[in-house]
Parts: sequence; C-alpha cells; structure tokens
Amino acid sequence: MNFYDYLSFVYGAVSTIGVSFIAIIVGIPLGLGLALLRWAKVPLLGKCAYVYVSLVRSCPAVTLIMLIYFGLPQFEISLSPLVAAMISFSITATAFNCEIWRSALLSFDRSQYEAAQAFGMNRWIRFRYVLLPQVWRSSIPGLINEMTLLVKNSPAISVIGLLDITRAAQRIGARTYEPIPPLLVGFAIYIVIVMLLIKLQKHLEVRIRSAQEPL
Amino acid sequence: MNLSDFQIIYDERDSVITGIQTTLSLVLVSGLASVLFGLILTPLFFSKVGWVRGSIEWLCSAMRCSPFLLFVYVIYFGLPSYGINFDKYTSGLVAMIVYHSAYMAIIFRSAWVDIPAEILEAGTAYGFRGATLIRRIIGPLLLMRAIPMVGNQWIQIVKDSAYLGIISVFDITAAFNSIQSIYFNPFVCFIVAGLLYWVFCLLIELIVNLVARYARERIA
Repeated sequence: MNFYDYLSFVYGAVSTIGVSFIAIIVGIPLGLGLALLRWAKVPLLGKCAYVYVSLVRSCPAVTLIMLIYFGLPQFEISLSPLVAAMISFSITATAFNCEIWRSALLSFDRSQYEAAQAFGMNRWIRFRYVLLPQVWRSSIPGLINEMTLLVKNSPAISVIGLLDITRAAQRIGARTYEPIPPLLVGFAIYIVIVMLLIKLQKHLEVRIRSAQEPL
Repeated sequence: MNLSDFQIIYDERDSVITGIQTTLSLVLVSGLASVLFGLILTPLFFSKVGWVRGSIEWLCSAMRCSPFLLFVYVIYFGLPSYGINFDKYTSGLVAMIVYHSAYMAIIFRSAWVDIPAEILEAGTAYGFRGATLIRRIIGPLLLMRAIPMVGNQWIQIVKDSAYLGIISVFDITAAFNSIQSIYFNPFVCFIVAGLLYWVFCLLIELIVNLVARYARERIA
C-alpha cells in the first residue's frame, strides 16, 4: 500500500464518521420527539410515529439510501451523494432512537410527573428537570449501541459512489491483488471507532453517577 | 410517479419473484443455521479451558466491531487468495451464517448469564450435570429468555441480506435496482422494495410472538 492508499483510508474514515455523526446529531432529538408523541398518546401523530418507526426499522440501509438518492430526482429534488447519505442515515437513526427513548419512557414512573404537576411546575420544567434526566440516564447504553450500529451500516453509502472505509479497502485490494491486508486495516479503523464510542459510554455513565452522589 | 410505474413492476414480476426467492432462501437458511451454530458456540463461553474461552470471546467481539459488508468482502475477495473459492450466492450465505452466528452466541450468552444461580444449583442438587443439565435445565430457560432478541437479530439478518446486492447476488434490492435502471422509475421501485422488507419483518414479528406465547404456555 502506498501513500495514496493510506490517504484514501483517511477520506473514507472522514465520510464514515461524518455521515454517522450528522445522523446521531439529528436522530437523538427527533427520536425523542417521536417517542414523546407516542408516550403522550397524541391522537393521530402517535399512530403515524408508530408506522414510521415500523417501516424504517425494517428497511435495509442500502435500499433506503438508493430510494433517497435515485428516487427523489423523479420529483425534481436532486441531492448530492453526501447529503442523500446524511438524510437517509438520519431517517434510520431517528426511528431507532425513538424506540430507545420510548422504552426508557415506559419504565419512567408517571406518578413523579403528576407530583411535579401538583407542585405547580409547568410543562417545560417538568420535562427538563424531572423527565429528561432520568430518561437520558437509562437511554445511554441503547443510544451508544445504536451509534455503533450506524457506523457498521455506513458501508451502505458506497452504493451511491461515496468513498467510505470499506470501499477504500476493497478498491486498494482490487488494485494490488492482495485483498486481505487493506481489509484488515479497514477493520482496525472500525475497531478504533467502536472502542471510542464504548469509552464515551463509560465516560457519560461515570459523569452521571458522580452527579447523583448524595451530598 | 404514476400508475404506469406500478404496471412496469407487475410486467417485470419474474425478476421480482427471483429476487424474493433469493432473499427468502438466504434469510431462512442463515436464520436457522445461525441459531444452531450460536447454540453450539455458547457453552464455549463458559468453558473451563482458558484458551477456548479467550478465542470465542475474541471472535465474537471481532464480529461485533466489523461491518457486515467488510466481512462479506473478506469472504468473497479475500478467501480466494487462500485457494477457497465460493460463488457469489454461497459466499454471501457463508458470510451471513458466520457473522450472525457470532451475534446469536452473544445473545444466548447474555440469556444464560441471566438465569438465576439458584435454579442451576437446584439442578445440580438433583444430580443433573454436564450435557443433561444443559438440555433439561439451562436449554429451555435460555431459549425462552432469548426469543425476543433472536427475533431482533432475524430482522437484522433480513436487512443485512440487502448488502449482498453489492457483490451482485440477485436479491430484492438488486432486482428492483435492475428494473429501475431500465425503465427509470426508481422511486416506486425502491418504495415497493422497502414494503417487501417490511412484510418480511412483520412476518418475523408474528412468528416470534407465536413462539413466545407457546413457550410461555409450556412453561407456566
């Protein structure tokens, strides 16, 4: 492998991490929004959220990304590959995060919410200081797990011509006729990314636990 | 998007049906095989021999870090350099089975760890040990606890099968991709493909619920 091969790994890593990162940033709040719609049993919207989650969760990343990138131009909406990848991964992340938030909301004790109401806290304060801290704490492992799933699904962006880590590895292998070494390098990069995410989880959990220590 | 786009899909139903058959056979075979291999691998996590335990843990964490497509490339492009040649379909199938067996083993291990120690102790006290202990005491509890997670993994198998289109296995996604490249009706094509995957996953959920209910009735 020469210098340009390593450079293509760097490009691949940047687009893998970039696309996953955008999806995480978009998916966490939107997923929470959808989960709240279902938790509060908002009449029509709650049902819509349910159908959305069920549909998107069963759609393979490859199919969804092709739908966005090849399908939308039929409606005169042409997206660059990078934007299409970001949109499609955000759609998936939203659906998965909705389920994670929802299971945390289901285990949340509603009587606390009512107690806060009895103390005259308004809707925002109840959400921000009573509901969110507890739900966030129990969602962290699920959310981090979902982030590693996103990273593992990111090779799907290669079907619309983007260079990600896996594609970079495969292209180098096709040129040098030695497919295994570049694939191992790619694998090592994925291991580093996943390890960093697990470290983030540990860090967040420790921070929350220390914030909760009784005074 | 108009009705004629759906008409085209109906006219091209032969390739759609081939795609469905390919995906279905991949999912069925690898779904069942990965549960079987997962069950075989799980006791190794609790082996008394250090290197057996170490290597199975290493193998499963490696699979957990690797994206499915990367593993497919290892099987499809990598193995031929060691003289092992599979065709597209077989290498896809082998990749699915090996990759998801590791995940199934992890699922069964976590279900195994969840089994209360008292039950195991009671089993040993009644004279069960070794294979009989696994078959009579651990096995049923393990399977029952693992059912929902196995269902999730099966849905993951359905979704991962779409990657095999990249090594030109003619699955559902590849079938619709070939139709849309001829007639330029991509939106409808991929929507229908997505709906087909949805039906697959709903069926899996249905089966999982039925099995879970059967298991609950048997145990109760």
